[in-house]
Amino acid sequence: MTHGFVYNILLLGVPFSVALLLASLGEMFNQRAGVFNLGCEGIMCMGAFLGFLPPYFLKTGPLAPYGILIGFAIAMVAGIILGLLFALVTVTFRAEQGIAGIGLQMLGWGVAGTLFRHYVGGVTGVEGLAAWAIPGLSRIPFLGELLFNHNPMVYIAFLMVPASWYILFKTPWGLKVRAAGTAPRAADSMGINVNRVRYQALMLGGAMAGLGGAYLSLCQAKMFADDLVAGRGFIAVALVYFGRWNPVGIMGGALLFSLAQSLQLSIQVGGIKFPYEFAVMLPYVLVILVLSLTRKARMLGPSSLGIPYNREMRY
Amino acid sequence: MRTAAEPIRELRLEGITKRFPGILACNNISMQVSRGEVLALVGENGAGKSTLMNILAGLYQPDSGTITLNGREVRFHTPNDAYAHGIGMVHQNFMLVPNMTVTENVALGLKEHHRFMNLDLKSAKARIMEVSEHHQLPVNPDAHIWQLSVGEQQRVELIKTLCFGAQLLILDEPTSALTPQETDDLIDRLKRMTGELSIIFISHKLNEVKSLSDRVAILRHGAVVFNGQTADHTSADLAALMTGREIHLPRNEGLSLDGGVVLQARDLHVRGDRGHLALDGLDLELHAGEILGLAGVSGNGQRELAEALTGLRRVESGRVEFLDADMTNRSPASMIAAGLGYIPEDRHHEGIVPKFSVKENLVLKDFHTVKFSWWVVLKQSEIAHNAEALKASFDIRCSSTSAAGGSLSGGNIQKVILARELAREPKALVAVYPTRGVDMGAQEFIHSQLLARRRAGGGVLLISEELEEIMNLSDRIAVIYKGRILKVLNSLDATRERLGLLMAGVADE
Repeated sequence: MTHGFVYNILLLGVPFSVALLLASLGEMFNQRAGVFNLGCEGIMCMGAFLGFLPPYFLKTGPLAPYGILIGFAIAMVAGIILGLLFALVTVTFRAEQGIAGIGLQMLGWGVAGTLFRHYVGGVTGVEGLAAWAIPGLSRIPFLGELLFNHNPMVYIAFLMVPASWYILFKTPWGLKVRAAGTAPRAADSMGINVNRVRYQALMLGGAMAGLGGAYLSLCQAKMFADDLVAGRGFIAVALVYFGRWNPVGIMGGALLFSLAQSLQLSIQVGGIKFPYEFAVMLPYVLVILVLSLTRKARMLGPSSLGIPYNREMRY
Repeated sequence: MRTAAEPIRELRLEGITKRFPGILACNNISMQVSRGEVLALVGENGAGKSTLMNILAGLYQPDSGTITLNGREVRFHTPNDAYAHGIGMVHQNFMLVPNMTVTENVALGLKEHHRFMNLDLKSAKARIMEVSEHHQLPVNPDAHIWQLSVGEQQRVELIKTLCFGAQLLILDEPTSALTPQETDDLIDRLKRMTGELSIIFISHKLNEVKSLSDRVAILRHGAVVFNGQTADHTSADLAALMTGREIHLPRNEGLSLDGGVVLQARDLHVRGDRGHLALDGLDLELHAGEILGLAGVSGNGQRELAEALTGLRRVESGRVEFLDADMTNRSPASMIAAGLGYIPEDRHHEGIVPKFSVKENLVLKDFHTVKFSWWVVLKQSEIAHNAEALKASFDIRCSSTSAAGGSLSGGNIQKVILARELAREPKALVAVYPTRGVDMGAQEFIHSQLLARRRAGGGVLLISEELEEIMNLSDRIAVIYKGRILKVLNSLDATRERLGLLMAGVADE
């Protein structure tokens, strides 16, 4: 293999990881607060579709330059609303989280697909977000092009890693989130409103999943299609476990997965003699392998994950 | 919330009544505590002690009655209200977040210290160190809770409550999960704190009540039946008042029946959870018709021994023989089928399935037999009938045998387990800490049942930390130390001092 082959894989892999990174950082807050949202996929579908609409409809006119910005904003708002819906079902009504999550996934996927066919129809591209080279840094040989010549969402997503870490471990809200997901009864006894914290975390998680979805349609594919999200929402949930509920670990997982994906693409594009079906499988197989082989970290994770909190219940 | 409250000079509860569906938990209860006083709140499981204290801590609302503080009536709607008045409670099940540090756990409750994006761990830590030094409660503020022993976690709970400004401490059965050494240590520390704090502590261990409290209030069926100075009454008086009758812990006085060996371990090597050799060449013989007491400080291999004998833990080398058959590393199912009974250490998680009903828990080991099932269908009426019979003969107190096993009190859960195991008439019974945390009445009952099993010709391996229990019940006493049996004594030759030395690893002769 040539130098160029590996370089291309890396160059593609970094922006590929953004949607996953945003969604799984959001999912991390959900899970740290004690709720796992399998509906992440559905929120990403809605985010991808709704984010795509403004630049699609505002191709001309005074608002045209802001189409993408409006798209991201709408995707986030949609994510918050879906997060609230999920909170209502799982926190207030204490429904089984796994089942509710599957429901949300089908809802988001179905609604986005249906509305798309109704209002847009065929495959249409949008201009998307252009790359913005960071002055100075992007001139560093080799690394400059690789890391500092991307669209702004890439930088934002990677800045979200330390930001999420800070929020989780260094702010009062992060402390409450961790307590609510691990020992809700103890949190309650110290005057923390467990359900309110879970609502907040689900709204944040929804906003980030929506943003991740919009990134796919606005920056990565620059179009919308039914299967655009293609299971990334589920991978995002898996990456939270893989990264052991820690932003840095999650970033590692997102990069690993997206590099495997870009390797898979490079194999196909480069005409290397390797059955492409296996290449497509590669990233998914990798996630399953890594998840089953990593040591289980019982002591570190949110031990009340998936259990609705009810003050009056003893068992 | 944590601003220094007015000092508590006198707290009065008057006419507190609280009903739960079907139960009158507190019936017109009145009592008072003054500054610097230690009030022991005593009573059997289910007497209403915890309910009363949860009302005082702001978790429950009373149906009627008043709380007055320094002569003024107060109302606590939440735990925060109680804290604001200087009342803090240490719950029986610790309220700590295991994957956070000590400092973070305390910071969680110190809300007014924090700014929007800035968690003030420094001042929380300073507060912890201040309290820790002032009350001589050593703690490592940077340790994660899950790394700490139960005794240390208890200390963290105390520190946490004090950091929040508590002047009146409510301790709900603070010693129930502690080893005897940790218990003595806690009692000493609490004694030193009484100079500036008032303490209400719930217990049913009368020796602790005697050594710590100034006054004692005894509850029975939700009402106060006694309230007086501790010093004026003996433990026996208090025990009688608590249960409403005289308590006589039964003793093993019959001659040893000296049957053949039923269960034995030979040169047993077993690893503990952390991979170390927990049992290192252990030999033990249990005879039919005897109670063999296994004395030792917990953590010397007791749990691993019980699990190796019952097939729950893999034996590295050595043999387990049950009724003259080699049963080394056989499954728990085959040990049960062969007639081995087991009362596990962790009654909530290993002894019962908490969400199953009492009647289901009572047939966990037999539901597949022809008695309780027909082909693939459970005989519900047989199961219910069996439960009613056992409920009566083992005095299991529950609203109904359809109630969830986990909703019962500790003593009654233990009776459910005991009933299930003894109804199967085991050839040998491994009983691990069978009376830990249960009240005197239940303790008396459990002891008499173990003795009855012995009389019927069963062998009982009694693993316990309570020397009194071991000396009262055993025919022979084996002392375990660092995964080996240090010595086996005839119980007539055993004294507290001798056992104490052996448990500390000092072999005599």
